[in-house]
Amino acid sequence: MTALLDVRNLAKSYGGVHAVRGVSFSLEAGQILALIGPNGAGKSTCFNMLNGQIRPNAGSITLAGQDITGLAPRVVWRKGVGRTFQITATFASMTVRENVQVALLSHHGKLWAAFRYAGAAYLKEAEALLALVGMEAQAARPCGELAYGDLKRLELAIALANDPKLLLMDEPTAGMAPKERVDLMRLTAGIAREKGIGVLFTEHDMDVVFEHADSVMVLNRGELIATGSPEAVRRDPQVRAIYLGDGLLYDAKHREGDAA
Amino acid sequence: MEFILVQTLSGLASAASLFLVASGLSIIFGVTRIVNFAHGAFYMLGAYMAFTLTDRWTGAFGFWGAIIAASLVVAVLGALMEMVLLRRIYQAPELFQLLATFGVTLMVQDIVVLIWGPEDLMGPRAPGFTGAVTVFGRMVPSYDFLLIALGPVVLGLLWLLFHYTRWGVLVRAATQDRDMVAALGVNQKWLFTSVFALGVFLAALGGALQIPRTTVSHSMDLAIIVEVFVVVVIGGLGSVLGAFVAAIIVSELNAFGILIFPKISLILVFLVMAVVLVIRPWGLFGKPESAPRPAAGLSIRPWRPFTPAERIAVAVGVFGAAVLPFFLGNYALTVGAEILVFVLFAASLHFLMTVGGLASFGHAAYFGLGAYGAAFLVKFTGAPMEAALLVGPLMGLAGAVVFGWFCVRLSGVYFAMLTLAFAQIAWSIAFQWVDVTGGDNGMLGIWPSTWASSPRGFFWLALGIAVVGVGILRVLVFSPFGYGLRASRDSALRSEAIGIDRRSMQWVAFIVAGTFAGISGATFAFLKGSVFPDFLGIPTSVDGLVMVLLGGIETVSGAVVGAVVYKALAIWLMSQTDLSKLVLGAIIVLLVVAFPKGIVGFLEDLRYRLRPPRANGAGPKTAGYGIAKVEAAE
Ligand SMILES: Nc1ncnc2c1ncn2[C@@H]1O[C@H](COP(=O)(O)OP(=O)(O)OP(=O)(O)O)[C@@H](O)[C@H]1O
Ligand SMILES: [Mg+2]
Repeated sequence: MTALLDVRNLAKSYGGVHAVRGVSFSLEAGQILALIGPNGAGKSTCFNMLNGQIRPNAGSITLAGQDITGLAPRVVWRKGVGRTFQITATFASMTVRENVQVALLSHHGKLWAAFRYAGAAYLKEAEALLALVGMEAQAARPCGELAYGDLKRLELAIALANDPKLLLMDEPTAGMAPKERVDLMRLTAGIAREKGIGVLFTEHDMDVVFEHADSVMVLNRGELIATGSPEAVRRDPQVRAIYLGDGLLYDAKHREGDAA
Repeated sequence: MEFILVQTLSGLASAASLFLVASGLSIIFGVTRIVNFAHGAFYMLGAYMAFTLTDRWTGAFGFWGAIIAASLVVAVLGALMEMVLLRRIYQAPELFQLLATFGVTLMVQDIVVLIWGPEDLMGPRAPGFTGAVTVFGRMVPSYDFLLIALGPVVLGLLWLLFHYTRWGVLVRAATQDRDMVAALGVNQKWLFTSVFALGVFLAALGGALQIPRTTVSHSMDLAIIVEVFVVVVIGGLGSVLGAFVAAIIVSELNAFGILIFPKISLILVFLVMAVVLVIRPWGLFGKPESAPRPAAGLSIRPWRPFTPAERIAVAVGVFGAAVLPFFLGNYALTVGAEILVFVLFAASLHFLMTVGGLASFGHAAYFGLGAYGAAFLVKFTGAPMEAALLVGPLMGLAGAVVFGWFCVRLSGVYFAMLTLAFAQIAWSIAFQWVDVTGGDNGMLGIWPSTWASSPRGFFWLALGIAVVGVGILRVLVFSPFGYGLRASRDSALRSEAIGIDRRSMQWVAFIVAGTFAGISGATFAFLKGSVFPDFLGIPTSVDGLVMVLLGGIETVSGAVVGAVVYKALAIWLMSQTDLSKLVLGAIIVLLVVAFPKGIVGFLEDLRYRLRPPRANGAGPKTAGYGIAKVEAAE
């Protein structure tokens, strides 16, 4: 059986800086895989290559047996890849529900329809997706006034709109309160297991990582230095040396980096 | 052979002033991120000021002293403008900055006429450079050689300034990373003002140096600014070297374009610009820009279709307009029809810039193309009005298909400059191609059919077209297409990540907007009974922008309200004062600085404050509604 996602020798450099080099891994349907690493390790760069936002210098990305390396994000999305961004990207001039409706319209190929009211399109599906992430009560609110944690949940609903096979979540819980984080990841894990979605996520909160990830990869300076079960990774001396050592979590150092 | 050489020299001489102005614009943009539309006005002021001073001070010292002094005086004026106006709008969307500086341009036009009179002025020759040099048996003015040498000298001086002075290094640092300079504790205000003064000095010098070559006139400003926009689009905004190279390219193309296509000399420049844009959208020496600040979409109040009550109100309004012919006289009805034409024009621009997030500075091109399309049909095929109104706008559509394809590759200020350049190209074709378009004399005798030939009949026709047109555009706003368009405006990142083909959507929006502009243009042709190159001119484009801004750029119905108010005001103003540009320019500046939300935006704010709306649709109110802090992304 071919893996859902198969990544071989992915590399990207900016000028002389190797943001990512020689990254290889694979992900099965229904599996939840965490990619962790210190700030600037290259996590966002990996995500951006996986969904086509930036073109890798080398390496290949295969989705369900199909080569998707270098395809545009909108093409990758049509093949069943949803993603959330480290810094949320939503449609601020629309309501929460409309945000999801736009994604649904696009998924059903109806975006070019010119003479019907979009606000009435796919209402049920939109409500259902919002209910899934616990946002049904806020459906009619302007997206621009949501709290940051709610925006993250809205992003998840949007990412689920195309019935993805694969979810890419770049720091899905950054900027949320600790309790919210655990809740959101629990929710995501539940949805993923139920629908057989493969999830790749990054996270700075180790509680979240160790509770939900089936497997963990550690990235440092663009290279994978460890892969394995959460327990194995936690015990790995190299990993401890890099950052678990200095205070177990490096949450305090966490910063909201540049745009994902 | 000799002829080619001489033509090359003449092109190089023209490049000098163009480079000075363009480099000034580029330097200012690099640091402040403002595209200074008023740069052409400062160029013109430099020329006028030099004219006055060279008139007073004679002799070699007097002449060159006057050139420098004139440029310095204008630089001080520029610094004043920066301190009084621009400091208030550095954070505003680019559209507002372009409009405000355009407002200043308008004001300067009237002020120049007030001070120096409407006639073209002839400056003195440069002492020591009055003769000509014989090159291969042809005469080349010796002043041209001076200018040819000047370009590289100024380029070298700027390079030295930016590499060997502390100030210059700071400017370069600020161009690369503005936040970093702020972090260094540099006085940013002073840095911005001095950069602005330097840029304006260069523009004024460029103007002052023109007086021995050409007459000084009050149309110099728009002529140069369009060429400068072409130069920076080709060379890359923010790059002095780019300005230098592109100024030479453009000037040479102009010099030879006249030989190849004497009638439409701009075609060659246009072709080169098109090629550059396809290969390097950010110009030969430019860097890809980060995402622009969108002109619209800053409001967090989502749009919604009319409620039943509002629909009734609109129906009553339309009915009220429809019965006006029973109460108004012929003059008022003609004015009314003109207002209605511009309602549709403004609505089409609104669709492009508010829904699509693409602020076009050349929307008049499609208005004018529609008008000329109708006029051609009438003149060359003898088609009746009905046919011309249907088919004529297709020329606006065709223009939008071609120009739009290039324009949507860009965004922000580049988009604005390119749309302006295209409109200017369309204008110059209408102006220069006398055999077909009648040139400046326009085309006359484009009369409506009998049933619409009375002011009353035409008013109804215009009303019908406006209501249907605006209605269709409004339906589009709330259609899936409109949502997709707005989505790609709100977040390019997210829309691309949910499968939206941003560029195609924007292209189609451009075509839709161009077509409706064409329809209003064709109607306008029959209202006036004639078409003129002015229809495609920059002032017409800017009128449209001001209408949308006045009505409220964040709103759905702002364009309609803005068009009615603005057009009525402008027609009234024209009859009251000779200084309509001065007043109009002041209104624009005031709008941008003090009233950026426009009439409808203001009313909506008022209503929101008086009666916060309940969430429309299902869902109970959540705690903290309306006071939730906006932690906007990006
Ligand atoms: N567009 C870019 N140009 C130059 N360098 C870049 C660019 N994007 C990323 N980098 C560099 O690549 C490296 C990896 O960045 P990346 O954003 O992938 O890190 P990350 O692991 O997501 O970090 P964080 O935890 O802060 O989000 C960093 O050194 C960063 O400075
Ligand atoms: Mg990151």
